[in-house]
Amino acid sequence: MVEIIGVSYSYDRRRPILTGINMVVPRGKVVAIMGISGSGKTTLLRLIGGVMKPTTGSVIVDGQRTNELDRDGLYRMRRRMGMLFQFGALFTDLSVYDNVAFQMREHTDLPETMIHDLVMMKLDSVGLRGAHHLMPSELSGGMARRVALARSTALDPSLILYDEPFTGLDPISLGVTRNLVRKLNDALGSTSIVVTHDVQEALDVVDYVYYLSGGKMVAHGTPEQMRASTDPLVRQFVWGEADGPVAYQYPSRDFREELALV
Amino acid sequence: MFNRGAIINFRGVGHHTVDNVLRLGFATRFLVLTILHSGTCFRRMHLITRELYYTGVLSMIIIVVSGLFVGMVMGFQGYQTLKTYGSESALGVLVALSLVRELGPVVSALLFASRAGSAMTAEIGLMKTTEQLSAMEMMAVDPIARVVAPRFWAGVISMPLLAAIFSAMGVYGGYLIGVVFIGVDEGSFWAQMQSAVDFREDIVNGVIKSVVFGIAVTWIALFEGYDAPPTAEGVSGATTRTVVTSSLVILGLDFILTAFMFRGI
Repeated sequence: MVEIIGVSYSYDRRRPILTGINMVVPRGKVVAIMGISGSGKTTLLRLIGGVMKPTTGSVIVDGQRTNELDRDGLYRMRRRMGMLFQFGALFTDLSVYDNVAFQMREHTDLPETMIHDLVMMKLDSVGLRGAHHLMPSELSGGMARRVALARSTALDPSLILYDEPFTGLDPISLGVTRNLVRKLNDALGSTSIVVTHDVQEALDVVDYVYYLSGGKMVAHGTPEQMRASTDPLVRQFVWGEADGPVAYQYPSRDFREELALV
Repeated sequence: MFNRGAIINFRGVGHHTVDNVLRLGFATRFLVLTILHSGTCFRRMHLITRELYYTGVLSMIIIVVSGLFVGMVMGFQGYQTLKTYGSESALGVLVALSLVRELGPVVSALLFASRAGSAMTAEIGLMKTTEQLSAMEMMAVDPIARVVAPRFWAGVISMPLLAAIFSAMGVYGGYLIGVVFIGVDEGSFWAQMQSAVDFREDIVNGVIKSVVFGIAVTWIALFEGYDAPPTAEGVSGATTRTVVTSSLVILGLDFILTAFMFRGI
């Protein structure tokens, strides 16, 4: 479904964000891209969505190279994609119902009665049919994330991108969202890419994991392989160890020197 | 030959100038894109009518009250001055011409920039900060066509209407003070106004001014919001810039338009 071949990305020559990334996401699978903050995960997701173009290499989505697509081509590709943003990004001037109906009204000529039924089905799938009349400001963080999930699957996309879907959720909402990622992917027959640093939640639901560090793909494997990995980088990340290859201390001069003791 | 401080200052001025020219270029491109992508909102008029309510109807209170008070103050001040020359009956002309030619378009545009312009900048800036515009892009919906263009046309349509309401309320305020309160002859107040105010020279020129101000204010407000850094500080700075830049641009454009329109010929 998605193939990334030798992709590098940089804002300028001195600051490479991603270097030599190779990755394959098979159709129907849920794949996680993991890594600490600033490792380039979201940039990689934006490259897949065609928001940014790679400096070198190719991103192929459903057989199309995103860097060769013009604006109309990108929009055509995105109609088959859904994206869940980190904090939902619901349209604050529209109700829950109108948020989910947004894409249906923009991209289809369906009659309002059919849109109503579809919206209710989508909201029911995330357990929020009864909240259709609420405004986004009246929703809790977890509910907003579920509405956004319903909205991102409104047109039954073949690829769903998740940008940090578990961040800032309480344990119950987190569990619900985690299960929905898997359930929706399987029910819709979609492919999902989950960018996250919530290790345990992600490892429970995904089929495969790519681990990024410093803009490079340093490890990949199934959740079991990642848990059993002896790679110090992977171990530190998966088990949340404070010190390891990723240093706890930000580079600084000698402490004694800092305190003028020498 | 040159000291270091002077070179740094000179470089700073150059840098600032280049930045501003670049920003003007982006803003112009943004305006052209907005106009080119206006088809969607003209096909779906409810997008514009919704924005007309927020920008136009909700600005009515401030426009009506300000117009009334400006007219009443002009009634007092105009009467005082005209009485010196024994031409109190020309009070209607003074109030009407001042409002239709200048105060109506300019003051209502300044109020519009503060009330509706700042709201537009803050709304679009916050939509950008909360990734709503990015979400729209990812849904293959162009934010310029869906969010910016309806607001732009709503601003352009509401501005002349608000200026007309401002002028009408101002004339009524002048009438209340001049005729009802002070006792200027009602017949001459209206008759002199009717004969002195020219439709083409005064009213149409006033409408042209308010349309130009409407385009300028809405363009500035929308661009500032769209270009705002996606942070709380960025949005607040953009909102302030909208009000300051719009006000200066309105006054500058008013001078230029007045120079072209009323050359005494």
